[in-house]
Amino acid sequence: MKKTDITIAVTGLNAIDSPGPGISVIRAIRKSNFYNPRIIGLSYDTMEPGIYMHDLVDKSYQIPFPSVGTDNLLFRLKEINDKEKIDVIIPNFDAELFNFIKLEKRLLEQCNIRMFLPSMKQFEERQKANLYEFGKKYNLKVPKNKTIYSLNDINKIEYEFSFPVVVKGKYYDAKVAYNKDQIAEHFNRISIKWGLPIIIQEYVFGSEVNVTAIGDGTGKTIGAVPMRKQYITDKGKAWSGISLDDDKLLKITSDLIKSTKWKGSMELEFIKTSNDEYFLLEINPRFPAWVYLAVGCGQNHPDALLKMALGKKVNAFPKHETGKMFIRYSYDMIINLKEFEKISTSGEL
Amino acid sequence: MKIKNNIAISDSGFIFNPATGDSFSANPVGQKIFKMLQTSATEEEITADILETYQIDKVHFEKDFYDFINVLKKYKLLEEIEKD
Repeated sequence: MKKTDITIAVTGLNAIDSPGPGISVIRAIRKSNFYNPRIIGLSYDTMEPGIYMHDLVDKSYQIPFPSVGTDNLLFRLKEINDKEKIDVIIPNFDAELFNFIKLEKRLLEQCNIRMFLPSMKQFEERQKANLYEFGKKYNLKVPKNKTIYSLNDINKIEYEFSFPVVVKGKYYDAKVAYNKDQIAEHFNRISIKWGLPIIIQEYVFGSEVNVTAIGDGTGKTIGAVPMRKQYITDKGKAWSGISLDDDKLLKITSDLIKSTKWKGSMELEFIKTSNDEYFLLEINPRFPAWVYLAVGCGQNHPDALLKMALGKKVNAFPKHETGKMFIRYSYDMIINLKEFEKISTSGEL
Repeated sequence: MKIKNNIAISDSGFIFNPATGDSFSANPVGQKIFKMLQTSATEEEITADILETYQIDKVHFEKDFYDFINVLKKYKLLEEIEKD
């Protein structure tokens, strides 16, 4: 079958020790049986490895940081689109999704660029700070949490939790604290990096299991693959993981997608207790960095998302292969200074 | 008691639980007992088989057998079969 030429822009090219999902998403797209993709990398930093991975990324452009707002982002995307004629953008960072969701309609109307993202309501109600209420609304077990904005707030919540607790940033980072001093230490460190608020969450003992899933926006689950982290880095990231056969977890996932009518990709993070209870820790409204495992298990989620973004009908994947493992590795690329110079000075490579 | 249906063991004694992602290694005696438990063999049948095959007395085997069963229970590899 002849593949369709298509131009896809992808963010999250930071394949570092706490990797963004971009490179996994690109690898998945390049496995597509339907599309012959030209991949445009969208980067925030000149040191994002994906910029220099020319076998995966055809051309890269710098885009403005999320904090500068939607107008600047739209302006830059229009500049890039004038050269590249982008068909679909797949954003992969939590922190940028707000802007991309806000721009979804304008990008379609003004640039004919499509995305397949959750609605602003879906995006907001699963925010870490709102997750406890989200759990109550959708009948999910969620560890109790409180949002704090200053060190003084620690005293106010002291008697609401027993130690240990988890101290979390709004978008990223989570540390376990065993006393008030450690909460304060983590509060300072995380808030400097990721801003406020900070979320204090009840610690649930068990093993961490995650799901990468994709919903079509009508309540149908197109695909879902559960995974248990086997080796976790000091940043809490999976260095290796294995796909699971877990019907209960898949049922929780499909019920959640059905009740929220979730549109697009998502990563669900759970703690499974020794009593086989599942506590939802986070919903990330994007592909996880380990999404390529789903491809290895027979479910190419990025390819399915592409089709849905382009208005094609996509059938649900009937099953996934269990016992498939991924193991990450690090790799030193040799880069010519000219390349670094070009992306640094012209904002493209 | 019986090994859960979804638990697999390879010829090399590698045991994989697809529900949890856990994997284990069993030695040849462990493999033999594990495979008998997969076929719902009773404790008496397993004991008789092992005593006939290996040079071990019943008291020692029963102790080791219960230790092994407890390990299987701990890792949730066993399901209890209801007795009539």
